[in-house]
Amino acid sequence: MDKRSEMHRREQRRYVIGYGGSLLLTGTVFTIAYVFGIETKGVYLAIAMLGLAQLVVQLVYFLHIDRRRSSREDLDLILFSVLVLLIIILGTVWIMGNLAVRMHTYPM
Amino acid sequence: MKRAPTHSYPGLNLGRRHASADKASEVVTFGFWVFLMSDLVYFGLMFAIYITMIDAQAGGPGPHDLFNMTSIFAQTLILLTSSLTVGLAMLALKYNLPRWRIVFWFSVTLVLGICFLVLEIRDFMDMAEKGGIPQRSGFLSAFYGLVPLHGVHVAAGCLWLVVLGIQLRVFGLTDLVMSRVVRLALFWHFLDLIWIGIITIVYFGGLTYG
Amino acid sequence: MTETGFFGRLTWDSFPIAGLMKDPNANEIVANAAAGVMIVGVIAVVGLLTWFRLWGPLWRNWLTSADHKKIGIMYIVFAIVMLARGVLEGVVMRAQQAAGPGEGFLEAEHFAELFSTHGTIMIFFVAVPFVFGIANFLIPLMIGARDVAFPVMNQISLGLTVSAGMMLMVSLVVGQFSTGGWTAYPPYTGAVFNPGVGPDYWIWAIVVSGSGTTLTGINFAVTIYKLRAPGMTFMRLPIYCWTIISSSILIVFAMPPLGVAALMLAADRYLDFHFFTNDLGGNMMNYANLFWLFGHPEVYLLVLPAYGIFSEVFATFSAKRLYGYNSLVIATMCIAVLSFTVWLHHFFTMGQSALINAVFGIATMLIAIPTGVKVYDWMATLYRGRIRFSVPMLYGLAFLMLFVIGGLSGVILANPTVDYQVHNTLFLVAHFHNVLLPGVLFGLLAGYNYWFPKAFGFRLNEAWGRISVVLWTVGFMLTFLPLYFVGLMGMPRRSYSWEDPSFHPFMIVAFIGAFVILSALFSVIIQLWVSIRDREKTQVPVGDPWDARTLEWSIPAPPPPYNFAVIPQITDRDDFAAAKERGEAYPSPDQYEDISMPRNTGIGFAICVLSGIWMFALVWWIWWLAALVTVLMLLSFILWTFRLDTEEVIPAEEVRKQHEAWLDLVNSAKPVDRDHETAPENRGLARPDLKAVT
Repeated sequence: MDKRSEMHRREQRRYVIGYGGSLLLTGTVFTIAYVFGIETKGVYLAIAMLGLAQLVVQLVYFLHIDRRRSSREDLDLILFSVLVLLIIILGTVWIMGNLAVRMHTYPM
Repeated sequence: MKRAPTHSYPGLNLGRRHASADKASEVVTFGFWVFLMSDLVYFGLMFAIYITMIDAQAGGPGPHDLFNMTSIFAQTLILLTSSLTVGLAMLALKYNLPRWRIVFWFSVTLVLGICFLVLEIRDFMDMAEKGGIPQRSGFLSAFYGLVPLHGVHVAAGCLWLVVLGIQLRVFGLTDLVMSRVVRLALFWHFLDLIWIGIITIVYFGGLTYG
Repeated sequence: MTETGFFGRLTWDSFPIAGLMKDPNANEIVANAAAGVMIVGVIAVVGLLTWFRLWGPLWRNWLTSADHKKIGIMYIVFAIVMLARGVLEGVVMRAQQAAGPGEGFLEAEHFAELFSTHGTIMIFFVAVPFVFGIANFLIPLMIGARDVAFPVMNQISLGLTVSAGMMLMVSLVVGQFSTGGWTAYPPYTGAVFNPGVGPDYWIWAIVVSGSGTTLTGINFAVTIYKLRAPGMTFMRLPIYCWTIISSSILIVFAMPPLGVAALMLAADRYLDFHFFTNDLGGNMMNYANLFWLFGHPEVYLLVLPAYGIFSEVFATFSAKRLYGYNSLVIATMCIAVLSFTVWLHHFFTMGQSALINAVFGIATMLIAIPTGVKVYDWMATLYRGRIRFSVPMLYGLAFLMLFVIGGLSGVILANPTVDYQVHNTLFLVAHFHNVLLPGVLFGLLAGYNYWFPKAFGFRLNEAWGRISVVLWTVGFMLTFLPLYFVGLMGMPRRSYSWEDPSFHPFMIVAFIGAFVILSALFSVIIQLWVSIRDREKTQVPVGDPWDARTLEWSIPAPPPPYNFAVIPQITDRDDFAAAKERGEAYPSPDQYEDISMPRNTGIGFAICVLSGIWMFALVWWIWWLAALVTVLMLLSFILWTFRLDTEEVIPAEEVRKQHEAWLDLVNSAKPVDRDHETAPENRGLARPDLKAVT
């Protein structure tokens, strides 16, 4: 029973770390936005990176995705999905952005 | 192919104590992962459409006129906390804690989910008052195609919580119910991930590039 | 949105018969004939079922069954019914275009409706359900499983697909279907230019059948991933299973764009959004982009399973191990991934820069490489094989020759500069019919002839099978090869009328070809009829009439509900062929176990009916009904999750009795060698007369 409660504590700690980490990252993002304003691309890049970091934190600490053998199948699935998503989103943005420029749809 | 004997399904699992439930839920949880990935593509496309339509404001109100970042901050905290509480409900289940602990964390998650929805709907109503309705411009159509889609998912999650609560009461902690709880937890964490995308791309991205 | 009454915008004028009464002309007569045929067909089916008192058995054995084999067969029946309508529409269109310059008996509107329904039906309600039907039947048998991963979800997928298909049938009788082609490009299909019900029929049929398809994709992927028999590693899977994995991946990732596009179009039409409108920042180019993000993977999700079928057919009817298994697997996966990178070739002319066109053009040409690998592998399988020219093999040979032509015309089209010349002409129509008929349809028909004895326990008539191969092949060539030439001469696709007299001879040839295709369709029906009539002479209860190689042939025909009395242990690729060579193909198991199988359930049928009503209500703006049915669907699903007794147990003793009766049959049957495969003495026990060539 001791071993179990030890494991329980450890797993609970994982969730709390994930929660704390996410809180910290969220806080940083909103602070950056508040302090530096959200007009420049540099600031946005920082915000986007922090968002990405938070995705990883939640995947690891909430969804327990890691490189252990047992979760390899899911990792494969997620990575393949990300590949397809990247193709789709980047492709769409590339094509539609190019069209917008060539058609003078928006002031650039 | 013989499968690995312990928690062979990825992400969340129920542990050795519930080996039969774990095995039974392995196939269906993997299936649920695949479904989530399909759903992810749905969201991904909505994000792509939003990005391409950020400038399509047609003289209507834009992000700076409409977004209430204080409310968004509150919603973020609420959703993040609910992700923690649903995780704690999972742990209560996995380690056979008294049933009231599970019910407690379930209820907290449900309340947080509803709070999130209330805040979100209030935001939409504020936006509508300032002329930010989806019929106004392509940009607003894209916004209302994406953010409420996430909201509908959260609402579905709430309904699911209620139904599972009833099943917990009717059936007790059967394998079937436990495997459903696992999937609900997955779904809820997934919605939190999507929300990170929404604050980063829709709100901050909108404010930067819109 | 305007105020509407109790029945929404449904009025007496919504029925085509009203148009006929007002103004009888050729156009109205054709429209009403179609509606009439539909109604008479429904009445005939209902009448026959009642007359032979088949409602009970139909309900118990089929509609509520969660058995993957029965669901598969229902998919195929549905696909063939829809195929009949699709072919007839094709013939009417060819007749219209063959009438001569400026001639014809149809109005432009009606012609547009025909090509829209023809495309929608052939892709979504013939090819997709036919592919899924065969896959549903085969996948668990091939991997040594008792059913698919989610049997009830399988039933729901079928229900959604069928109800969406029924919407197209309903649109014949009530209102009219979209005139916007199967791609339904806005703004033409938007509320401003097309306020009628047509595009709404299209939207909801696509959304509902698309969600059914997505569920099926998830189901197959999980089945193959998780339910393989012990020893069935990935590299021992039959190629057909590999193609279904790829197809499932394509479905899971490529159906969402279609759903997004259709739902956005719905938001534009119903809620006045501005995704694709001309004003207020809408951008129709987003639609084209989304649609083809789906559209291109879609063609591969259709053709890959056909490749899989041909791979099995070539190996079996050459009596050889499939040549280049590994390269076929790699080629299949390459095609699956590459198919996500080429969608732009469907709109080279939309106006993006030459660089983007070049990138996507090159990506498109790359797909020819793995496809070429496959063609060579198949030819190498035939090489020095012990070939029998049975019906599936004949389809295979027709496929090899004709499909390469279609593929090469695709490589031509992949060049953006050429595409600028021939896009939107009949050249394109010829190209995609050239890949879809010899590729997908021939594959499906080959599979139908090949596995029919497995499903029903008797072989299809060989003579009529050969006649239909010839008719399909000749019909295809006469109808579509001339279109390459008129396309190059500049005839636009989808034109209900034309002026250049030099097109006329080609159009007449194509029209004759259309009739040959129609007779090919009849020959398939006659083949089925003759085979059922003579079924006593073609029984193959032992289950292996073609001396085939994969696991599904090692069990009785038709297979028992639980498929395998004992789940086999797999030790080799083509395990059954190896076992036959060793003389251990039909072992007696030491012990049997209780088998639990999914119990019958009516949820799939309920979802089918409810989603049908839901679509109809949305199309006709009957809001109260739509809301009511939404709640009902949700409730019936939630209540269904409270059901606990979802499984029923078949006792071990029962399994033993059935299996031993079959083993006795195996032992008493006379083995038949390949030369007598089509003779009446073939009872399904093969006598391998050659050492298997590896």
